[in-house]
Amino acid sequence: MVLDTVALAKAHPDTPQPFAELGLKADEYASIKEILGRRPTSSELAMYSVMWSEHCSYKSSKIHLKQFGEKAVKSDALLVGIGENAGVVDVGQGYAVTFKIESHNHPSFIEPYQGAATGVGGIVRDILTMGARPIAIMDPLRFGPADAEDTRRVLPGIIAGVGGYGNCLGLPNIGGEVVFDQSYLGNPLVNALCVGVMKHSDIKLAKAAGAGNLVVLYGAKTGGDGIGGVSVLASETFDAKGPAKRPAVQVGDPFVEKVLIECSLEIFAEDLVVGIQDLGGAGLSCATSELASGGSGGMKVQLDKVPLRDPSLSPEEILMSESQERMCAIVEPSKIERFLEICKKWDVTSTVIGEVTDGTHLEITFNGELIVDVPPRTVAHDGPVYNRPLAKPDYVDAVAKEVINPPIPVTSAEIKNVVLTLAATPNLADKSWVTDQYDRYVQGNTIQSQPDDSGMVRIDEMTHLGVAVATDANANWSYLNPYEGAKLALAEAARNIATAGAKPLAVTNCLNFGSPEDPGVMWQFAETVRGLADGAFEMGLPITGGNVSFYNQTGTTAILPTPIIGVLGVIEDVRTRTPMSFTDAGLELYLLGATDENLSGSEWAYLHGMRGGVAPTADLAREMRLIDLLVTANQNKLFTAAHDLSQGGLAATLTEMVLRHNVGAQVTLNNPGNSLVSETPGRVVVAIASDQAPSLLALAGAKNIPLAKIGSTGGDALIINDCVISLDELRTAHTETFKKLFG
Amino acid sequence: MKIGVVTFPGTLDDRDAARAVRFAGGEAIALWHDDADLKGVDAVILPGGFSYGDYLRCGAISRFSPVMEPLIAAAKGGMPLLGICNGFQVLAEAHLIPGALTRNQHLHFLCTDQKIRIENNTTAWTNSFTAGQEIVIPLKNGEGSYQCDDETLKMLEGEGRIIARYVGENPNGSRNLIAGVSNERGNIVGLMPHPEHAIDLLTGPTADGLGFFTSVLKAMVK
Amino acid sequence: MATIVVDVMLKPEILDPQGKAVAAALPRLGFTFATDVRQGKRFEITVEGEPTAAQLAEVEKAAEKLLSNPVIENFTVRVDK
Repeated sequence: MVLDTVALAKAHPDTPQPFAELGLKADEYASIKEILGRRPTSSELAMYSVMWSEHCSYKSSKIHLKQFGEKAVKSDALLVGIGENAGVVDVGQGYAVTFKIESHNHPSFIEPYQGAATGVGGIVRDILTMGARPIAIMDPLRFGPADAEDTRRVLPGIIAGVGGYGNCLGLPNIGGEVVFDQSYLGNPLVNALCVGVMKHSDIKLAKAAGAGNLVVLYGAKTGGDGIGGVSVLASETFDAKGPAKRPAVQVGDPFVEKVLIECSLEIFAEDLVVGIQDLGGAGLSCATSELASGGSGGMKVQLDKVPLRDPSLSPEEILMSESQERMCAIVEPSKIERFLEICKKWDVTSTVIGEVTDGTHLEITFNGELIVDVPPRTVAHDGPVYNRPLAKPDYVDAVAKEVINPPIPVTSAEIKNVVLTLAATPNLADKSWVTDQYDRYVQGNTIQSQPDDSGMVRIDEMTHLGVAVATDANANWSYLNPYEGAKLALAEAARNIATAGAKPLAVTNCLNFGSPEDPGVMWQFAETVRGLADGAFEMGLPITGGNVSFYNQTGTTAILPTPIIGVLGVIEDVRTRTPMSFTDAGLELYLLGATDENLSGSEWAYLHGMRGGVAPTADLAREMRLIDLLVTANQNKLFTAAHDLSQGGLAATLTEMVLRHNVGAQVTLNNPGNSLVSETPGRVVVAIASDQAPSLLALAGAKNIPLAKIGSTGGDALIINDCVISLDELRTAHTETFKKLFG
Repeated sequence: MKIGVVTFPGTLDDRDAARAVRFAGGEAIALWHDDADLKGVDAVILPGGFSYGDYLRCGAISRFSPVMEPLIAAAKGGMPLLGICNGFQVLAEAHLIPGALTRNQHLHFLCTDQKIRIENNTTAWTNSFTAGQEIVIPLKNGEGSYQCDDETLKMLEGEGRIIARYVGENPNGSRNLIAGVSNERGNIVGLMPHPEHAIDLLTGPTADGLGFFTSVLKAMVK
Repeated sequence: MATIVVDVMLKPEILDPQGKAVAAALPRLGFTFATDVRQGKRFEITVEGEPTAAQLAEVEKAAEKLLSNPVIENFTVRVDK
């Protein structure tokens, strides 16, 4: 095999190169030649092709995502904003918390277990790379219909993969979602969130600074994981007679990552690194170009020093490999011995593969021959930016005209039927089948996890300072109105933080959409980003970063636009949090927030095949007053319990509250049918001791939040007007669904 | 009272075990798998986790760690030793406890608040409980099914060496609902569920787990 | 260079839930040939040159001590031709 070097590229400028097979457009290829002043070597071509791909370069989304920075609210709490591996916020007492969501959708469709596992592995490394100890994970998931064959193919593997990797890392799973809809058939969504904590002084950034500092690759050895398109280079250009290389599915090794975490944290504690980057998508190409870009630009790397699991890999393949559990650190020469010593203690492979230079180019050699000589920013940051055409699709106005009028229950029997139906429907049913496969106890700091409104973790055992995280999306509303849908999801996630008494602080997001080449999808995306940016600004919450996943579609049918919004909040003392439900009888139940009759996008409407209508208009000022009320009430110890209303409306919320600790409730509702199924946003059910009623009324009045007393707690049934549903019957309906579906 | 907590590569619940020791009033001493040094502790806990990724078999590689040599000798000499979950697996692989832990019958990792009954309260780790006391502590594992041959089972039952049993439905297929086993002398105990995760109501389903840690402090005083 | 193969199987009396799951899955895919399935592990050990009797004896010892758990597993050792 002839190595394609820089010298060769200069000498043979017209060698045909498979840029199209690698996903590059003709104009992008021309661009690369212009940047370099010659044709790229095959290694350089490989690097550009993968770094300029949609997944790595965000070329279709950058122009819209700019709004997050432009419309960003000034926040002192934001220590590291968009652009780094993950955002970092100040949570008080000298602590900083970093969190982010990422997607691993397509790999999970192909190989559910490993796709989900490596998705978790990847996001955890992003958090570790910021200098933080990962302390919790969450998994918002979307699947096709619950009874579809392909759902039965992918769901168990994905759950097992999230659990298998997360449990082995010793990270409690503190929440997530499982939502089913026909539009996700063939395009399951696996989004993974990780939270990490550190002291302010521990924050690490991905930059290679200081000429003479060493570039160290540590972690797992490099193999053929994930090299798909690049094999075209190896086999076609140079070795027509060789064995065909097949793309290898990335396989995760959580044990190696656990050891990597402990090893890295020890290294960080001794302040041994100047900069650090994890190797995720695009592997070494990404790590080296990102690190070099973060500094003055100069870096020399000897690719032949990379420890290999598979000695047959070509340099192009080494550069593209997505082998898991690898990190790249910049270390001062005076500290390298200690660095390598710590790696040895943990039995972690570590190799010096290069050094930072005071030049401006990233130079990579292989056995002494120069195969890459590029300005790193052109690879990592200055990729193509597309302004894709967008056009509001016809469906929006068409579905807005649909009359959304599913049957509203009136009689006692009808009410009972609705409550039981919603309790049992897969989207709302008990998810223990899933969450019992996740360790929620490890690290001993989990205060809230499934099925609570938010996950909550204590970060200081002495002061009991804690953080709460919630992820939410309402794809049904985003489909009807992506702008409002984004705002509504943001409000819901923030509200879920506040019900426990935590104060929302920062936002992350994972935007899952169909093909950006479809102007209608692009319109959905642009509207979503605009809504999220406007919403975050209005709510005073900085967006710290996130992820975009495009191309979630089969043929011409895109998934429902699914922007998963994650909100992180702080609570001064986790011991004072408001729990989701009650353990005592005799408490009064109040519904905060007004209910209307718009059932568009509701679970009840969907169950009747009605997917159209008009999404609610977000009233963020009111949402913020409600959040204020919730946090204030918690501080004043007003609430015994508080639970948010969302999908499934009041029916779902009451079901979840009474079954949590097996204490019933008696509730009296005007217009019970609509009251039970409506999903009007901005509502919470609270339980209070009766002597707190005057305080609650006063607070609600002060915050201008309408409220109504709906009943009281106690008994062994959920009683709605004169409809009696025994807790046993309700529990059976709620808990049988997943067992029946998945065994 | 010094209680050593061993960390193998991949151990996860070591800090939680150490916390439980402190809550109970003891002093937790970190022990590293690669050091054949027990640092003068009075008892040792092998905590839960995925040591060596559970590769080969759970606990199969850990049992050969340098720390195990002095540990086995001390345990055979009567020093209290508690293996929790992965620790139980190490004890079984090291043959300090008879039987073996195998894949959960239903093939899933299961994390649940599990009711168990303390059947033998004379061991170093269970003397804080009353005989027959039912407690709830988290069970979280994928390989918790206790298996042994008929002869061993007869012996364990006959000698009262089954120190804890699952109450209710069998969560993982363990023979005779066995959740915990001791050696003849009662100083070495293997326990599948996690008492260190039930030390207060803030973070656990109950505070029932604390009893295991107060027991050994009492036992050491004697 | 040669390969010594060690096959490890659960003892017949030990419950094999993974084997059972496989046996249940086969007919769902239209394969009806199996009356039972047991799942085990196979180790492929690379050695320099041709394996000697002494080496094989060593492998047997390693299989007993590490590769298998004699409480619940049996093993066989052979040279891969």
